Amino acid sequence: MGKLKTFTRRTFLVGSSAIAGGVAFGTFLAKKPHDNPLAKNLNNGEATFNPWVLIDADKITLIVPHMDMGQGVASIQAAMIAEELDLEMDQFAISFGLPDAAYHNTALASEAVPFLSTDDGMTAQAMRTVVRSVMKILGLQVTGGSTTVPDSLNKLRIAGATARETLKRAAAIQADVDAAELTTARGAVVLPDGKRIAYTDLAAAAAALQPVHHNTLRDPASWRLLGQPMQRLDIVGKSTGTLDYGIDLQFDDLLYAAVQLNPGKGAALKSHDDTQAKAMRGVQQILPLTHGVAALADNSWRAMRAAKAVVCDWAEASYPAEQADHWQLVADSFTEERLDKIWRDDGDVEQAITDAAAHQAEYRAPYVAHQPLEPLNAVIRVTNERADIWVAHQMPRFAQQKVAEITGLEVDQVYLHNQYAGGSFGHRLEFDNVILAAEIGRQMPGKTIKLTYTREQDFAQDFTRQIGMARGRGLVKNGQVKAMDLSVATVSSSESQMKRLGQSAPGPDKQITEGAWNLPYDIEHFRVSAYRVPELAPTSSWRSVGASSAGFFADCFLDELIHQAGADPLAERLRLCNHPVAKAVLETAGELSGWGRPLAENQGRGIAFVESFGVPVAEVVEVTMTDRGIRLDQVTVVADVGRVIDPVNFENLMQGGAVWGLGHAMNCEITFKNGASEQLNYHRHAGMRLYQCPKIVVKGLENGAQVRGIGEPPVPPAAPALANAIFAATGQRVREMPFDQHIRFV
Amino acid sequence: MKLTVNGVSHEVDVEEDMPLLWVLRDELQLTGTKYGCGIAQCGACTVHMNGMAVRSCQVPAKEAADQTITTIEGLGQPEALHAVQAAWVEHQVAQCGYCQSGQIMQAASFLQFKPNPTDEDIDRAMSANLCRCGTYPRIREAVKTAAKSLRGGV
Repeated sequence: MGKLKTFTRRTFLVGSSAIAGGVAFGTFLAKKPHDNPLAKNLNNGEATFNPWVLIDADKITLIVPHMDMGQGVASIQAAMIAEELDLEMDQFAISFGLPDAAYHNTALASEAVPFLSTDDGMTAQAMRTVVRSVMKILGLQVTGGSTTVPDSLNKLRIAGATARETLKRAAAIQADVDAAELTTARGAVVLPDGKRIAYTDLAAAAAALQPVHHNTLRDPASWRLLGQPMQRLDIVGKSTGTLDYGIDLQFDDLLYAAVQLNPGKGAALKSHDDTQAKAMRGVQQILPLTHGVAALADNSWRAMRAAKAVVCDWAEASYPAEQADHWQLVADSFTEERLDKIWRDDGDVEQAITDAAAHQAEYRAPYVAHQPLEPLNAVIRVTNERADIWVAHQMPRFAQQKVAEITGLEVDQVYLHNQYAGGSFGHRLEFDNVILAAEIGRQMPGKTIKLTYTREQDFAQDFTRQIGMARGRGLVKNGQVKAMDLSVATVSSSESQMKRLGQSAPGPDKQITEGAWNLPYDIEHFRVSAYRVPELAPTSSWRSVGASSAGFFADCFLDELIHQAGADPLAERLRLCNHPVAKAVLETAGELSGWGRPLAENQGRGIAFVESFGVPVAEVVEVTMTDRGIRLDQVTVVADVGRVIDPVNFENLMQGGAVWGLGHAMNCEITFKNGASEQLNYHRHAGMRLYQCPKIVVKGLENGAQVRGIGEPPVPPAAPALANAIFAATGQRVREMPFDQHIRFV
Repeated sequence: MKLTVNGVSHEVDVEEDMPLLWVLRDELQLTGTKYGCGIAQCGACTVHMNGMAVRSCQVPAKEAADQTITTIEGLGQPEALHAVQAAWVEHQVAQCGYCQSGQIMQAASFLQFKPNPTDEDIDRAMSANLCRCGTYPRIREAVKTAAKSLRGGV
């Protein structure tokens, strides 16, 4: 990991020339496969063929290293292996495995380069190859960026096929027949005479063989599991309360911990008085931490009460104390000096738009919190020899490194046991719970301690979505959109995140205008400029990242221009659209939503289109203006992911993504007062409730050349589609999230 | 004090004002009941007290004493699902699943009182249970399926 650190500092990240320094070195290392981590701890009679398959005489274990935060990837990864290994879904156990370079993410590269996802040109492809190599050398095990399916689909099927062929060779030797005469089905090798040898009975023999690497994959037309409706492996556990999340883990002699942290995010604890807290029932220790205090007790509730009872003196936060100053600093950032990059510059916007004729508008997107329903937590035990931490984390190797840094242990002495997460939405890419647990564990050697955040602490410390504004200028002529000039200013959530990783993020931040610059539209004069606001409050990746704000700005402003031109919102987007895959998405959304079907006077229909993570998505929202406010009637969501691998999860994530995008656009923001978040629980940051949920129609298209993920892409078009629908119903343009500042919802 | 949970009687030594939620989770190790907000805003901690859905984060231990408490673990088990749980499995409602214990307990209680609910009844009964993943369309369908099955339909 020492190598990881120095190497990353020099060459990591993204879409920048800094990558160039690592290429020569990178290409050399990138050709060597990583060692199989399962081989290190193998027991007698256990066979492993690659980092994903482990078989012994009793059972088959499939390793599913991408973290499951509700998106169903534990099941999907297992199904990919099982498809080629000829296992049924009830014939194996799964394990999240230990963090290892072998589980590096091969798909993040396509997002990290500054090229359109549809750009297959030599430069774009070459850059993707370079970045992929860098990711491999770093062994970056990351769940995020909607990459689990694209990262896993081929490599896990190859893992399954390799295990299958190796087991066949073992059976061939045992039965003295040609391996070519053998088949496999339901967890067994089938001999020519129909006799079956269970894989588990072949484990010991197979363990002695060199794996038979096999990378010819079966035709998707023959898939038994993938592409079909599957029952998730966790569905019964999650419907009976029997599945353990990190927060539920039980240990003998467990101590419960809670924290009170500086409400000024990232600022220090100056002093504290724990006289009262120490005397409370069940309290064993009050420990000072860098950013606050921890109370340790024999019950979580007692620990939470005690932590709150500590009187703390806090250092001041590094960012402005009042929200108005945050907005002012964003507004002041549309300057030459802050220009991060002009990402798109088609035609000649300056020539085309003369101020007199220009249509102008300003948009805003606030800080928003992640707040998955399972509060942040971690269980830790630190001794002189090792540290064990049980926590759900999207970047387990970095989390492991954080624990090592704090405890003074070597990275390979830190065992991170990944867990099912009760949601994440980007929250579990951060390390604050890991760092706090390590600070507590270091002070309590040998004790097993479960840290649970209160909801209020979780809200207060949430590294939110980026705050931002956009200014648009545009021109319409002869019923068509002729020119659009969009300037977006946000803080850089990538920079903020990388700083906490101890890394710099050289080069421009692609996320500032993501979802805007990459629109597949041929507008004659089209410019998208990114301005970087200096860091204010710390921010992070929030489900769909930059596209959640820039996608809203771009699509809504385009919708304004289309209405100015007097054109039909769908027809004009179709006229402008220059990519057949995206065009089909728009057309299908139109058909499924009944676009053009007459509506009542008080109803309205809005369409939006945003591409993020390589996935074009169109959403149509239908609303009614009632006497009590706006009611959401129906939403149609259409996306093209190349191939739908898991249709049940696909539908669920498309619906959930729309709910996420709509709910937060309606009523969520984080604002600061005296340097602290004003929203500390769900009553101030509710998101969508069931009664507000419209009927949601979902359709997945499979025209795209590459298989893509669907966790994030349905989010960005939701907010603009709703704003455009509100305009259609009321004539009111809502240019600022959350919309409930300007209009009521039923 | 004495608590009867899922038909089993327990003697616990806790403060009178300790919320039932934490008695269940940390004293009795019944962790199917989830902590989400602590202020009755999310419903993840929903259990039944004498058959009625309550937010266990708002019930002090003293008020739960000598009452009949049912948690998700007592509603049904993986090998013997309650009709509501079976509907949740059939519709594959869960994403992260963290809210679903509470959703299921809310629905099971509600359907006892409204065996034949309208869409509006369902919306009203289920709207105080928050799902951050947005599984609402599936929750609605699962409640309808459960209602049907509890009424003896197929």
